[in-house]
Amino acid sequence: MADRRFHPETLAIHAGQIPDAATGARALPIYQTTSFVFDSADHAASLFNLQTFGNVYSRLSNPTVAALEERVAALEGGRAAVACASGMAAEATALMTILQAGDHVVAAAALYGGTVTMLAVNLKKFGVESTFVDATDPAAFAAAMKPNTRAVFAESLGNPSLVVLDIAAVAAVAHAHGVPLVIDNTVPSPFLCNPLALGADIVVHSATKYLGGHGTTLAGVVVERGDFPWGNGKFPGMTEPSPGYHGVIFFETFGDFAFTMRCRMETQRVYGAALAPLAAWQILQGVETLPLRMERHCANALAVAQALRADPRVAWVNYPGLEDHPQHALMKRQMRGASGLLAFGVKGGVAGGVRFIEAAQFMSHLVNIGDTRTLISHPASTTHRQLDEVQQRAAGVLPDMVRISVGLEHIDDILWDIDQALAKASV
Amino acid sequence: MDDIVTLRRILKTSRKIAMVGLSDQWYRPSHFVAKYLQQHGYRIFPVNPRLAGSMLLGEPVVASVLELKEPVDMVDVFRRTQDVLPIAEQALRIGARVLWQQIGVVNREADALVRAAGMDSVMDRCVKIEHGRIFGGLNWVGVNTRVISAKRPVG
Repeated sequence: MADRRFHPETLAIHAGQIPDAATGARALPIYQTTSFVFDSADHAASLFNLQTFGNVYSRLSNPTVAALEERVAALEGGRAAVACASGMAAEATALMTILQAGDHVVAAAALYGGTVTMLAVNLKKFGVESTFVDATDPAAFAAAMKPNTRAVFAESLGNPSLVVLDIAAVAAVAHAHGVPLVIDNTVPSPFLCNPLALGADIVVHSATKYLGGHGTTLAGVVVERGDFPWGNGKFPGMTEPSPGYHGVIFFETFGDFAFTMRCRMETQRVYGAALAPLAAWQILQGVETLPLRMERHCANALAVAQALRADPRVAWVNYPGLEDHPQHALMKRQMRGASGLLAFGVKGGVAGGVRFIEAAQFMSHLVNIGDTRTLISHPASTTHRQLDEVQQRAAGVLPDMVRISVGLEHIDDILWDIDQALAKASV
Repeated sequence: MDDIVTLRRILKTSRKIAMVGLSDQWYRPSHFVAKYLQQHGYRIFPVNPRLAGSMLLGEPVVASVLELKEPVDMVDVFRRTQDVLPIAEQALRIGARVLWQQIGVVNREADALVRAAGMDSVMDRCVKIEHGRIFGGLNWVGVNTRVISAKRPVG
């Protein structure tokens, strides 16, 4: 009998967590411990040699964190995952496991500002160069590829540009050059979009956003699909003996989850951006209701976008769920819904936008997204402030742009708060 | 033949495992698997013509499964795909109940041969990874085990 393939609503609740072997606890226990005892000296040696599975130290693995890892892997349709202390830690872990000095990255220009900085400033210090290209043009990715390119990086749905990436087309470009496509899938969440099914090789998440969903906890996850040909000669870290493990060859030994094992046992072991067990547990409380929440986030965001579109006080609206969004058809092909993020310009430019944000009653002025609460921000002066105006425009940030992460309050109340704030902004 | 119910039955009932192509180098995958299986209560029987007559992981090494001194439940193959058919024929002759071809080893002729004789056959899978997937352990390194259950895991 073939194993049943469960739906995401079921995976969001069950994947990665069966009743606790020791106690029978049905809900996930919080293994709040730094370390785990060895059965014997031989057992310890086997664990350090990676010959047997087991927990040693919570910087490497922890049973509570592992439940989150497996759940996100299952929701993404991936082979394996590793959790990190934040979304930025997940991106850094994935990229530092793939790359070494002298390598080159082709990245979409429309990225979260922190990611642009990581590539353009921080990884550059370690000898990794990046080229930024128009995320809407797969040919631009192809034109930027170099002999030393080792990764292609983009967001499935750009924050806050709301550019939709043609994942299959960009994956084809990456694969023609024998390098993996790494997708940040934070804004859609795995319920709305599964980049691995469209050809991506690695997915990263800021689980802080929709996966956790309640604005309480930082976390990140790296997921691998499991069939990237690491043995193609371009990735010696995967195919040559690991000096940190007395010659273990990760790709040969761990096969289709070798990349995750290297993220965990080399990068995370050394750089230490591991997720705490309590944080993993808090994120998992949110993941259980991810499908329900995403359906409501999408419905509320579409209603907000339509109301703003019809409002004479609004200059422009950007939401991929609107039919005139340039990539609306692509969004419908790749995603179950357009998620909860939208951007618009208040008539009156930057000053009007600032007045709108300050006039809101319950919409919160802060820089997170994916909360139960409706959140508003002005990206040009906050999340993308470290970029110059050319970089801001390339990242899809306009001076008058207001970003809304539409929450789960009653839609009539959200529309009321927007209306009263627009009234004050338009004075 | 690699659904969870079948694999669980195979791994619960096969306690003696001949390991064809077992390496004496500790960092080779076959050595990893053998060590893991010993730690989980299985008895392993090393088969490697190059090492015949020596001891490996506390067990005597023989040159072929035909030289094993006692019956085994499973023959686990760490050899190239094109070398598997004669090993499958030998597995049948010694009365093994399972032919297991490791990751990357996919000899369909050998698979068909042992199935026709009523044996269980698994291809392109790792005994260690499947054991860890079904009985716990693999989940600790974030692998998607696909196990969905409201029952306590029982090895």
